[in-house]
Amino acid sequence: MVEIAEGCTLDSLPPMIRLVLQGRAAALDAAAGALGLDAVPPLLRAASGAGGQALRLGPFELMILPALGSRAGLDAALAALPHSLVDVSDRHVGFVLEGARAADILAGLCPLDFAPSSFPVGMVTRTLLDKAGAAIWRTGAQTFHIEVWRSFAPYVEAQLREVGRGISFSLLSV
Amino acid sequence: MLLIDCPYCGPRAEIEFAYGGEAHIVRPAADVSEAEWEAFLYLRDNTKGVLAERWRHSHGCGRFFNALRDTRTDRFLAFYEIGTPRPETGEAA
Repeated sequence: MVEIAEGCTLDSLPPMIRLVLQGRAAALDAAAGALGLDAVPPLLRAASGAGGQALRLGPFELMILPALGSRAGLDAALAALPHSLVDVSDRHVGFVLEGARAADILAGLCPLDFAPSSFPVGMVTRTLLDKAGAAIWRTGAQTFHIEVWRSFAPYVEAQLREVGRGISFSLLSV
Repeated sequence: MLLIDCPYCGPRAEIEFAYGGEAHIVRPAADVSEAEWEAFLYLRDNTKGVLAERWRHSHGCGRFFNALRDTRTDRFLAFYEIGTPRPETGEAA
């Protein structure tokens, strides 16, 4: 747990399994069923089920964070349907940015509006953090899960710290 | 900076997108002449006015879509999905 600004922490997530599923509606429905979800989450939204979490990054794409041991059920549910299911665990590094200024720190690197009205809890999207592609998922009012490609991770972490330092400095009473 | 309205993700900054060139260019059948094939590969209209063009939301949902943009003013008139016909805007092409 590293504090990068006053009341705002940045943590690296431990290694975890990430799958990218590309397919038409039938394949996405089958995957949602295997994960224990009632339905495929709407575009740019995430949903959690007994079998794991599904992040709807595009109209024909889900990023799946399966619970331990649920990969077999997923494979079985999709076996008869045309789809592509790729394990990208090693490609990604996850961060959790948490605190009252978390949205402000992201806004320093990304042109998206992180106000709760336009980026509510449960929203997830791919975008750019400064120059690096990233998926940003709001898991709580003041908590963001950030997925970046492994080779970009030191760069993104340094940029987040830099913005955090700027915000801390601007808060100093002179 | 252009504000581009992805049909799937909503309005996003231009830096998230990749340009895909002119839209609605149909690939000819396999038995065309070399001149027709050359025209398919290389010849474009270089429109001054409303242009139908492809964009890809490369740092977002990853999908291609079409847009109508006035090349004189950079103003976007419409955004629509790949495979749907060019919408009527009432402006001269």
